[in-house]
Amino acid sequence: MIIQGTTVDAQRFETETGWTITSEGACKSDACIPLPFAHDGQTLPAKALAEAMHLPVVEAPELDAIAIGPESLGSHSLPTAQAPELSLPDLTGKIHHLSDFLGQKVILYAWAPY
Amino acid sequence: MWRALRDELHPQGVELITVGLDSLGAEGCRAALETAAPSHPALIDTHHQMASHFGIVNIPQSVWIDEQGMIVRPVESAPPPPTEPAPAPAGSEALPQRLTDIMVEAAQIETDPARYHQALRDWVANGSKSQYALSPEAVIKRSKPPSSDRAMGHAHFELACEAVVQNAKDLAIRHFRAAHALVPESWTYRRQAWSLEAVEAAGPFARFWQGPSPDAPENWPYESDWLTDIRREGPANYYAPWQD
Repeated sequence: MIIQGTTVDAQRFETETGWTITSEGACKSDACIPLPFAHDGQTLPAKALAEAMHLPVVEAPELDAIAIGPESLGSHSLPTAQAPELSLPDLTGKIHHLSDFLGQKVILYAWAPY
Repeated sequence: MWRALRDELHPQGVELITVGLDSLGAEGCRAALETAAPSHPALIDTHHQMASHFGIVNIPQSVWIDEQGMIVRPVESAPPPPTEPAPAPAGSEALPQRLTDIMVEAAQIETDPARYHQALRDWVANGSKSQYALSPEAVIKRSKPPSSDRAMGHAHFELACEAVVQNAKDLAIRHFRAAHALVPESWTYRRQAWSLEAVEAAGPFARFWQGPSPDAPENWPYESDWLTDIRREGPANYYAPWQD
């Protein structure tokens, strides 16, 4: 997840990671991770948030950007068989969401022009 | 790009969603997509979300998802349907030696299109009753143990792609190199980076050269290259074998 600047929108964080920001901290299913900093529930300090959740953080001040990597907890890298959301553009720039295709069988096929 | 197969299966409730993994984005994927003229959604994945979200490490690979949004087959090699014509061989004019060497190795890469496509048709016909549609427990079990190195590698790789998008080439190289060291099993992480190095000798095959320029090999900024790695790892090991 690439963040421009130093703060991340809570809604975006939830959509991309599945963790909801509540008064108890960052929560997913039964687990909550307390956040050791003040926040308004909407905009959070990206680096401090990632560190509190043990997510990898790489900073690129040259781009004024931060990358937050995926979780690495648990015994398997896929904690659930539920497909995560995927939101990507087509050639025209229109965004498609994997969840738009519920009700169909989907073959998700990765290719590259190299 | 599997168009005939997609058009055949779509009325049975199947959609093919292709995802082009390229930090050059729409411009990198445009030529191939305009030639393929797909009838299905063809998405562009500039930051390789398919890697961090689904564990893609090579292409072509696929993930099967059922009508309820459950993964029934996690990431695996996805060869073209057996009925698709083989790609046209290169033209008759003499190729640079490296490209000939690449084709020799590529010819030894092993895939099993018959088994994959037989399984696909079985799943389309039988849904959750198909032996090839794995239970959630089996899907989870097939995924690797998580690794903090790999997670950090995904973050570096995404940043490298962002650097490409923002034309910060040296920064991109630095973060690609970090990602390669942390996620050594990913061919896509290496090949994406290698494919961005312009080599004049490669001509129209620019993005497939993926190695040092014969004129200035000392300028190659990466630890390895496609030919070295495939010879070391063995073309027979390029894709993991089919697992029922």
